[in-house]
Amino acid sequence: MSKYVEMIRIRFLMMLAYRTNYYSGILIYSINIGAYYFLWNAIYGEKASIEGMSVLQMTSYVAVAWMARAFYFNNIDREIAQEIKEGKVAVEFIRPYHYLIMKTMQGLGEGLFRLFFFSVPGMVIVALIFPISFSASGITWLFFSTSIVFSFIINTQINLLTGILTFFFFNNDGLIRAKRVIIDLFSGLLLPISFYPGWAQQVMNFLPFQAISYIPSMIFTDGMTGSAVYNALWFQLIWAILLIVPIQFLWIIAKKQLIVQGG
Amino acid sequence: MNYVAIFVQYVSQYIKTRLTYRVDMVIEMMSDLLFQAVNLVFILVVFGHTDFLSGWSREEIIFIYGFFLVPYAIFGAFFNIWDFNERYIVKGEMDRILTRPVHSLFQIILERMELESLFGTFTGIGVMVYAGYQLGLDISWFDPILFILFVVGGVLVYGGIFVLLACISFWSDSRTSIMPMMYNIGNYGRYPVDIYNQVIRFILTWILPFAFVGVYPSAYFLGKEEWYSYAFMTPVIGIVFFTISVFVWNIGVTKYRGAGN
Repeated sequence: MSKYVEMIRIRFLMMLAYRTNYYSGILIYSINIGAYYFLWNAIYGEKASIEGMSVLQMTSYVAVAWMARAFYFNNIDREIAQEIKEGKVAVEFIRPYHYLIMKTMQGLGEGLFRLFFFSVPGMVIVALIFPISFSASGITWLFFSTSIVFSFIINTQINLLTGILTFFFFNNDGLIRAKRVIIDLFSGLLLPISFYPGWAQQVMNFLPFQAISYIPSMIFTDGMTGSAVYNALWFQLIWAILLIVPIQFLWIIAKKQLIVQGG
Repeated sequence: MNYVAIFVQYVSQYIKTRLTYRVDMVIEMMSDLLFQAVNLVFILVVFGHTDFLSGWSREEIIFIYGFFLVPYAIFGAFFNIWDFNERYIVKGEMDRILTRPVHSLFQIILERMELESLFGTFTGIGVMVYAGYQLGLDISWFDPILFILFVVGGVLVYGGIFVLLACISFWSDSRTSIMPMMYNIGNYGRYPVDIYNQVIRFILTWILPFAFVGVYPSAYFLGKEEWYSYAFMTPVIGIVFFTISVFVWNIGVTKYRGAGN
């Protein structure tokens, strides 16, 4: 266990060494959230609310969705694909840790770094510039924190799955890109799921993606309250467990039919 | 060897490598289509809740999106330099580039090209034709010429911005998260700039002139006369930005110290 904690720490320190550019990153994020703010204002026009969300809730939703993304987002699918292509993965197999857990921990180290040095200061700046509604209740914050932990887990699991598929396709850039686009759209990062037409919402209820962005953002903006929050957290938990199955399955097959292309 | 011959050589090599991984190539094209669809879905869903975006109708916004796709596809095919920092500076690959007697930026563009992106131009034109038909737009004889000029301008704007961003790596080789975010900011040029406040409008027009790869040139085809002067400025802005970026690149290369193994 301690070796995995060490991996988180090392990745965190590695990110810390390159921290200067994150300040410019905050600026870019703020421009991004700002542009969204005006876009949504224009979309709302005279309307007080759309699908039960006020324009204030909507801008808060956008801000928190992007800031939470900095935490759960990682490139481990790309890293895994790269290591498979370069043949480095063969060495990883003989090292005394589980390759996939190691990758997850590195992702977590990166995520924690961005949470503290990017999301939190970024959110403060954005809240100063744009009207954003924060929930005052501690319980909402508790639910929100639980929920972004699940966001990280589920997003990472999907990344692992995409990464492992490189074992079978050898070159995987297309799939990695497709995955990214699908997550942007179906996770609720760009649009709250409740804005979609009814049939699309039905379909998305059977997919794990809304657990990544929609659920935490809705909890944060009080768009989800009462029993809906519990249902949403159950939804996240169940998917987090379910996704272990295909990962484990593909991992076992991949190990058996590993072809090292180089290295 | 002149630059054209080198270009042809690279393209033929590129096609060979792509054909080795056919499944991936198909997936990549589909993921491009998916990416284009995502933005269309965004527009459609939004207009499911409103009829006008500060006076612009759904078809007009779709038209702008269609136009945007054309320069964006060409940009995507040739300016795949979003990971320039990691790939060339941190790993020291730039050393290899600099030993060769061809302009370094030209080599990198060739090495990183992704020709399958060009497919997006067809999608873009398709979307424009659909939206234009719905709007009942007329086409005059010089419109295709202006279209090409505006597209070239748009590609140069995009290329210029991303080359400038890549240049940052020459001075500071730390990792940056700016590039991927820039793709998002590029999207805001596709909406009527009058919805934004002065600051963002100014940024999108003069600092990161993404509005010239979307709303301004499209405004001409949509007959929005108040934006005509901006529309005709598109090629000029493109040339100016791209020239600046090449200029900065040339200075930047002299500052490169080599970081690799």
